[in-house]
Amino acid sequence: MTLLRRIGTALLAPVGAIVVAMIITSVVISASGSSAGDFWSIIFSQPSSRAIVNIINQTSLIYISALAAAIGFRMNLFNIGVEGQYTLASYVAATLAGAAVFSGILNIVIPLIVAVLVGAAWAGIAGLLKVTRGVSEVISTIMLNAIAVTLVGYLLNKYGVHEGNGVRSKVIDAGSQLKGWYFFDRPDGPVWTLSVLAIFLGVGFWVLLNKTRFGFDLRATGMSQSAAIASGVNVKKMVIVSMLLSGGIAGLIWMPSFYGSGHSYGTAFQAGLGFTGIAVALLGRNQPVGIVFGAALFAFLNEQSNRLTLETDISVNVVQITQGTIVLAVVVAYEVVRRLTAQREQRNVAQKLDAQGPRETEEVTA
Amino acid sequence: MTAPTASKATDVAVLTEGVGKRFPGVVANHDVDISIRAGTVHALIGENGAGKSTLMKILYGVQKPDDGSVTINGEQVSFGSPTDAIAHGIGMVFQHFMLADNLTVMENVVLGAERLHGIGDGARQVLEDLSSKYGFGIEPDALVEDLGVGDRQRVEILKVLYRGAKIIILDEPTAVLVPQEVDALFANLRGLRDEGHTILFISHKLDEVLDIADDITVMRRGTTVGEAKPDAITKHELAELMVGSELPSPATEESTVTDVVQLSLADVTLTNERGRDLLADISFDIHRGEVLGIAGVEGNGQAELVETVMGMRKPTRGRIRMGEEDMTSWSTRKRRESGIGYIPEDRQRHGLLLDSPLWENRILGHQTREPSVRGPWIAKGPARDDTDRIVKAYDVRTPSIDTPSRALSGGNQQKLIVGREMSGEPVLLIASHPTRGVDVGAQAAIWEHIKKARRTGLAVLLISADLDELIGLSDRIEVILRGRLVGEFDPQDVTPQALGSAMTGGGAEVAS
Repeated sequence: MTLLRRIGTALLAPVGAIVVAMIITSVVISASGSSAGDFWSIIFSQPSSRAIVNIINQTSLIYISALAAAIGFRMNLFNIGVEGQYTLASYVAATLAGAAVFSGILNIVIPLIVAVLVGAAWAGIAGLLKVTRGVSEVISTIMLNAIAVTLVGYLLNKYGVHEGNGVRSKVIDAGSQLKGWYFFDRPDGPVWTLSVLAIFLGVGFWVLLNKTRFGFDLRATGMSQSAAIASGVNVKKMVIVSMLLSGGIAGLIWMPSFYGSGHSYGTAFQAGLGFTGIAVALLGRNQPVGIVFGAALFAFLNEQSNRLTLETDISVNVVQITQGTIVLAVVVAYEVVRRLTAQREQRNVAQKLDAQGPRETEEVTA
Repeated sequence: MTAPTASKATDVAVLTEGVGKRFPGVVANHDVDISIRAGTVHALIGENGAGKSTLMKILYGVQKPDDGSVTINGEQVSFGSPTDAIAHGIGMVFQHFMLADNLTVMENVVLGAERLHGIGDGARQVLEDLSSKYGFGIEPDALVEDLGVGDRQRVEILKVLYRGAKIIILDEPTAVLVPQEVDALFANLRGLRDEGHTILFISHKLDEVLDIADDITVMRRGTTVGEAKPDAITKHELAELMVGSELPSPATEESTVTDVVQLSLADVTLTNERGRDLLADISFDIHRGEVLGIAGVEGNGQAELVETVMGMRKPTRGRIRMGEEDMTSWSTRKRRESGIGYIPEDRQRHGLLLDSPLWENRILGHQTREPSVRGPWIAKGPARDDTDRIVKAYDVRTPSIDTPSRALSGGNQQKLIVGREMSGEPVLLIASHPTRGVDVGAQAAIWEHIKKARRTGLAVLLISADLDELIGLSDRIEVILRGRLVGEFDPQDVTPQALGSAMTGGGAEVAS
């Protein structure tokens, strides 16, 4: 009963938000003179096998990105710089792997570690600025995003392999490429091997936050910095460590795609995942399980919307309106639900204590 | 409803019948019947959590009652907001002042009521008339930040009068005042009453109530339990009515002070960014088994002193020693690990994770100590068991240890904190207002826990605004004024008046 109720409450906000987003999207499409019915029938049509594979792969990338954002959010640290962190980390790791200094499995493991370190270092700059100079991490990470993208563009242009109009890092050896699992026919493509990273990271995130002392300190800092300080948490240290963790996870975002299909940093690189991750983290309430659904929803909407261009006159970008309104509506809805839950809790306490009340309210009313 | 007092009118200004409020909290109002005669000072007394605030909010239009009726000057009313209450001539002075420090008295008074008399000479005239009529002696152009607490309160009352209030609700107005200021306030209130104002005076200090009130209504557990006339009831009877059981007393037994110094401050000075000394040359020793009480008007450096001892602020100068060791440079966590328990002044901001269950709150502050953790891991089972122990030992009223701490009443939150900070056998307890907002039963229990621990050698730094608590628990009292320790008193032979003088800088000899 209470479990059902809890699940019901947990679902109330996201479901409500999705309904609101659907209504708003429909209004926008209708207002622009297209048919909202067409839009939804395409979005909710049965995805092809190939689309399913894409959705799974994209879910894993978005999931890792959302985890990176969520770890900061859990302590009220707004790492807006996931984008820059994984761009730089992806480039460095891809270049290192392409240089074939190591081979085989080592050429996978070591670049992965390097990706984590680069992402962490880039985020660490923002952490350091915050604790030493009081610079808001929101500002510094946005700046670092711009710097990272520009830096990578410059380095790639200078040291990359030029090919026609494009430029990319060296393709990695076949021995270091990971194919993945074919759940459908071969042309439908594989689910990338490193997608499992998302699962490991999700479990690790949950254990770290809920089972460890460090996680307790981190959550305490997020819930009440003043109480955390009074309890002996060194908030400055927590800021640095959280930023490093957040950036470290961010470094891995594109790695499943890199080893599974891209094999080089260039046109294959998928930008924008960092910002998607922020939205999905909000949607999933910074909870590892919630983020799974958020990531899957976003991946699903992205994939399905690809068909819009072929089959309708509706712009693919409309789906971004849907995603945007989902996030906005969900933030509002969570707050509403939070207040309702808090009130209900208080009422529960009052009721239960009333029920056991007579025990201590026996004195005479004179 | 007889007994002629200073009032000429015997009309009923405020009447509530069967007022109830089912509130999403622990204390609700039910069957509140109160009748306030016009032109009187009516005291509403009750312990913290007795439902006074809820009733007050109902009268001022902040809350709507669920049952019953409220009648103002013979007219049944239903206030949607304080604006409606103000329109009916009701004004309220809150315990925490709502004044803009960087504005003048006049600007503060006129703010939000510009339509009444404008913002120019008209407004000034009204304000000066009011101020002189009731003997407030407030300079309209003075900056509020330059005013003392008593004057600020008078500004709040002026604000209410300026808006035409005839019925004035004062929420624990004396809580922030020292004894001498209380006398001045009472003179003002009598002046207002004699001019025909009706005053609802909310308090839990019995002496004051007996001094000022014409009628007294007592609340307990959300309802009105009795009425009394000050000349027909003794303090003790009133207290029993209020408490409904035996009165606790913080009287200490024989001294347990040892000669081992547990905490020692030497010339501790804390300077803020603007170069002002928040603490200046604070030196004292607390021995094992000793309770050192710090008395002072709030805002004279008590909070800074506590935070400096806890390592949340770094002193600009001076040394702090814990037992044999110099802990000046220790982190807060290391200090806690060395055996310091900390009951913070603001329990919601510094003592709790409001959205976390009680058992997680048990871990807070004990993140590195048994039984909450095992190595780097949270030890959920032992932490829960120990939370159960605290809930039982400290009588925390909660349906379960999985309840978020936000849902508990203030008193129960406090009991949880005290229980937590007393676990793990601390050697030093820093207690800021340890019984603020808890009911009398819990207060007695908390005092008993502190005394018991003191007998086994606990050293206590006690900061309290409750002089009775300070006198009853402390082995020694130091008075803090503007960041300095200005006088030492022996609780055995000190009076509240003497302390009050020292707290305001009057010196002990001014004691009356």
